[in-house]
Amino acid sequence: MDEDTLDPLHPNMIKVLRVRAILMIVPLAVAAIGAEIAAPLPTGAIIAPVALLLLGLVAVMPRRRYRRMGYRLTRDRLRVVRGWWNRRDTVVPFGRVQHIDVNAEAIERLFGLATLVVHTAGTHNASVAVPGLRHDDALAMRETIRAFIADGEAG
Amino acid sequence: MSDRADGGALMRTHPYGIAVRAAKGVWQGALGIAALAFGALREDVPDWVIWTAPVIVVIAVVGGACISWRQLGYRVGTDDIRVERGLINKEARSIPYDRIQDVSLSETLLSRLFGLVEVQFETGAGGKEEVTLAYVTAAEGARLREQVRDARARVSGDGGPARDRGGDGTDGASPPTATESAQTVFAMDNRRLVTFGAFEFSLLVFAVLAAGFQQFEFLLSPLIWDDGFWKEIIGQQGEYVAAAGVALAIAGAVLGLGALLLVGFVTGLVRTILRDYRFLLERTEKGFRRRRGLLTRSDVVMPLHRVQAAIIGTGAIRRLLGWHGLSFVSLASDKSDASHVVAPFATMAEIARIVAITGIDLPDAETRWHRPDARYFTDAALIGAVPLLLIAAGLAVSPYWPFAAIPVLVAGLIAGSRWLQWRRHRHALDDATLFGQVGLLSPELTAAPRIRLHSVEIAQGPLARMRGYARLNFGLAGGKFAIAGIRLDEARAVRARVLNHIAAVDFARLPR
Repeated sequence: MDEDTLDPLHPNMIKVLRVRAILMIVPLAVAAIGAEIAAPLPTGAIIAPVALLLLGLVAVMPRRRYRRMGYRLTRDRLRVVRGWWNRRDTVVPFGRVQHIDVNAEAIERLFGLATLVVHTAGTHNASVAVPGLRHDDALAMRETIRAFIADGEAG
Repeated sequence: MSDRADGGALMRTHPYGIAVRAAKGVWQGALGIAALAFGALREDVPDWVIWTAPVIVVIAVVGGACISWRQLGYRVGTDDIRVERGLINKEARSIPYDRIQDVSLSETLLSRLFGLVEVQFETGAGGKEEVTLAYVTAAEGARLREQVRDARARVSGDGGPARDRGGDGTDGASPPTATESAQTVFAMDNRRLVTFGAFEFSLLVFAVLAAGFQQFEFLLSPLIWDDGFWKEIIGQQGEYVAAAGVALAIAGAVLGLGALLLVGFVTGLVRTILRDYRFLLERTEKGFRRRRGLLTRSDVVMPLHRVQAAIIGTGAIRRLLGWHGLSFVSLASDKSDASHVVAPFATMAEIARIVAITGIDLPDAETRWHRPDARYFTDAALIGAVPLLLIAAGLAVSPYWPFAAIPVLVAGLIAGSRWLQWRRHRHALDDATLFGQVGLLSPELTAAPRIRLHSVEIAQGPLARMRGYARLNFGLAGGKFAIAGIRLDEARAVRARVLNHIAAVDFARLPR
């Protein structure tokens, strides 16, 4: 098994991350504009640095975070890598999967994506998520894992 | 949706469930409505507001019940049960029959009126992630339960040891009947108990006193805030102390410290006796049975198959005399006593005998221990100490220069403890078990059978990535297990070995 090759997520994931970032920063932007109007400072003293920060969050970060994510489905296990700042590289053997979710929240559905979540009995990493999969791919992955469990291949 | 596959047709819960939910919601909201109406009973609020508010609440509750019915569906497939929910955010959960340990049907007074039940599929995943279907007819509930049992029988019929579990899932913590043969594994006599208590030095009583003082401050406050009260005390004592001189002051301090130690010692002794009086651990058919306590005698059963890992701890001083404590990590869903101490104060030989019953290995002379990466501890020491040294440098050039010694001392302590940690932390893998030992003065050893682990994660912060070390987190049911600060390539190697071991045994085939 080649340990080090990872499959990238669907490129639409960048857009999902971007939309999420935009939704998250709206309050901050409103606050910055309010402060700009209220504060007796030269034009742009508040809004310029904030805008730069927000631009970074929307334009730069999603792509970076996307590049850091990846997953790999092998015969009997699922490997998920995520995190730009704190990197987490998790492996869950199918034999330990308790149940499987395929979730698609509104933003993901907009771009035809879904998140696969596998749940284990462990207290740490009780649920491990693979975001940014094409909905059909997520369903196919679920079927693979489910079939593996049903066949009891490991035991 | 395109996932018909073999998932069966999408079914909905019973529409009467809307009525049950709505009735429940209105009942729960009744108090709020009453409060609202009461609050609005004022001259300046027109009557129609008082009457429309409850109507709006009822409409909202009924609407909510309709939506929560509409958004829930389930499929009974050949291999799994699927539960789908959500209108805008969609969730589809698949629960393989093989993972369902039991199906429980529960009904409330309201649901019984409509002949409905709530179905809960119990997997081993621990409390909040269990899947429920509310509400279906009693007949449908029974059908689902049968379906799951049949499917499970079919799946586990070919190969794999038969899993006999009580149909009601009550294999948990019911004390065994008296007729069962039980054999004592570990017991503490009074002498052992007192020795143990002597090591349990505790200043808890002062915390209790302080809290109590805060509670009853109002009783004392007339005295405390009264000037005369203090003048009187200080006047008397102060003159007295001044007269007696420095020698008496020192004697007083020593006496005070002695009293403190004595109180801590006695507290520890009393607490230990109350908790662990006549500690008795027995081996029964199902597993371990522990009884202990003086005033409240607790009786806990720990089924053998629930034991996930063993932890051997000790104290800084008792370690030198060869005393250790043993506790088990047990499944989180275990509703009984959260503490799984099975031998609080025992010799290594006694502990080894108890652990042997569980089949968990303990490290021996053959065990090849691995040390963590020194860089991890160096970094941690630097992060702790450098800011303090900077403060010290700042202080040294200020008028308060004598105080510069304090941060230097603390920095030294931090660096020293990190060094000691690096010396003490270690881990090892044998054929079936993973060992990890952490701790500064009182090392704690965790022994986890590898097949009891559920996932392995390599976690790295930015510093760890730069320096090339990592932390290994293991998914253990009911507990935590991690190895911090080992080289990345080593972490990968450990993970690969552990995974190969876990992947070879399916969850449903784990010894139960």
